[in-house]
Amino acid sequence: MKSKVSSGLFIFLTPVLLWLLLLIVIPHIELLLMSLQGESDLGEPIWTLSNYTAFFTESIYWYTFVRTAVYALLVTVLTFAVTFPVAFYITKVVPVRLSGFLTILLLVPFWVSELVRVYGWMILLRESGVINHFLLQLGLINQPVEMLYNDISMIMGLVYTSMLFMVVPLISSLEGMDDSMIEAAHDLGASKFVIFFKIVIPYAAPGITSGSIVVFMLALGNYLTPNLMGGKNSLWFTEQIYNEFIASFNWNQGAAFGFLLLLLSSCIIWIGLKLGRQQLGKALS
Amino acid sequence: MIRTFPQSRGYSLGFKIYICLFYLFLFAPLVVTCVLAFNDSSFPSLPWKGFSLDWFFADGPARVGIFHDSSNLTSIWVSTKTAFFVSLLSLAVGSMGAFLFEQEDFPGKQGLYFLALSPLVIPGVILGISILLAANAFGLLLEENLGIDVPILRPSFWLVVLGQFSFISTFVLLVVSARLKKFDHSLEEAALNLGATRFEVIRYVTIPFLRPALIGAGAVAFLMSFENFNTTLFLVGSDTTLPINLYLQVRDGSSPIINAISFLLIVSTSLLALINLLFSRRGEEA
Repeated sequence: MKSKVSSGLFIFLTPVLLWLLLLIVIPHIELLLMSLQGESDLGEPIWTLSNYTAFFTESIYWYTFVRTAVYALLVTVLTFAVTFPVAFYITKVVPVRLSGFLTILLLVPFWVSELVRVYGWMILLRESGVINHFLLQLGLINQPVEMLYNDISMIMGLVYTSMLFMVVPLISSLEGMDDSMIEAAHDLGASKFVIFFKIVIPYAAPGITSGSIVVFMLALGNYLTPNLMGGKNSLWFTEQIYNEFIASFNWNQGAAFGFLLLLLSSCIIWIGLKLGRQQLGKALS
Repeated sequence: MIRTFPQSRGYSLGFKIYICLFYLFLFAPLVVTCVLAFNDSSFPSLPWKGFSLDWFFADGPARVGIFHDSSNLTSIWVSTKTAFFVSLLSLAVGSMGAFLFEQEDFPGKQGLYFLALSPLVIPGVILGISILLAANAFGLLLEENLGIDVPILRPSFWLVVLGQFSFISTFVLLVVSARLKKFDHSLEEAALNLGATRFEVIRYVTIPFLRPALIGAGAVAFLMSFENFNTTLFLVGSDTTLPINLYLQVRDGSSPIINAISFLLIVSTSLLALINLLFSRRGEEA
């Protein structure tokens, strides 16, 4: 019996170890090593910190980095603000028979490729786009307005693409909440405001934490939406990485940028987990 | 505030308007994309010039519909092949991972579990570049020391498969684990007592129990792979997948043919989503 169990362990363990070692651990070690290498004046490969010093001395690099981080945080907060009322409405307000239908309706757009959704926004917002067409028809504007390729459209696009990952954990944490808690607070004379901050928010905290972590990470690592909706001025850090890798072919510099981005996202996720007093495994599943 | 409370008119009306606006926001880009796929115009924009199926069926020279556009058709085929292999691989390894973490005990399990979840918090772009770097380094190593050239290790079809597999396995692992947690172990013990081997138990008892989760995870894996952009961007070789091919077209201008492809994607993914939903419902009832 004992030997059977250990043979099972061996058979399950081998592919999992191969997967994690070859595709996760070794590539990230390689990323770190690559970022610490460079070329000497003679073109010889050497160990150097120059890729990191370049990041701190070239203002455009760290400016983009900080900008990306701040905007990703903003996107997380906005996504929460936009989706929380919806999650609350679906779980607590709307008649029960409708809530299932509304939930399914909510999920459908997110099965569609991010590229298609971004493209949809592009043909809505651009100068020759659908919104401009209607505004012109209604006589509200005389000249088409370019609504695409600015920070606002980029932020909106990022909020749109990440909403699902906030609304699903919110719905599942609010669903578990007993309505009588709100009723009790109401009967004891609590205002809506107090009920919201003292009862609903603390109860939904695990959902808020895991939703925020995923949304933040996706916004930070997004390339498509900033690139297509933010235009030339989007200055998103992933674009910096792409440029180093594909356009400049400076893999060492790109690796350093990649490692910094990984460090940033890990730090923020760690802080988020500490603040929400959660464990990674629970927050993600 | 909630169902049982009497509501003020303004409050509930305001809430309803907000929800309607939200759903409008949610569906506007998709509906507009679909509608403009049928506009008889050379640009994906209004005014409406009449209904046309040109962007699906036209065979040149002025307009080429999607069913005659070989570059897009090829990329759809590449994406389908990629998604097929990725879902097969990640189903196998992801479920083995689920068995490993749910049913086995070994030193360092917690740490390994943490590692297995980590792909969820690694940005896709980073995963793409690190796998590119590692594959490149490994390829150089082989070439310099053994003189073998391994084309797979350069950006190529199989590197894309490996890159997508590296994080999609985690999703499969989570879905299968969730189902495995509900499994009644006395069923396994009964089978073992009746003389079945460990793998017969898995084959005849556990796998049938897991089937809804496996189908669901397979569908999600297929779709995630089919639509993946971030990781694929750095690993793609000459076989461009559909998202990459579409991205290049959208970046360089637009044509209603993109709407036509989008329409097909929206319709087929919605169908897949509904089927998946029905399956998972039935799985939970069983």
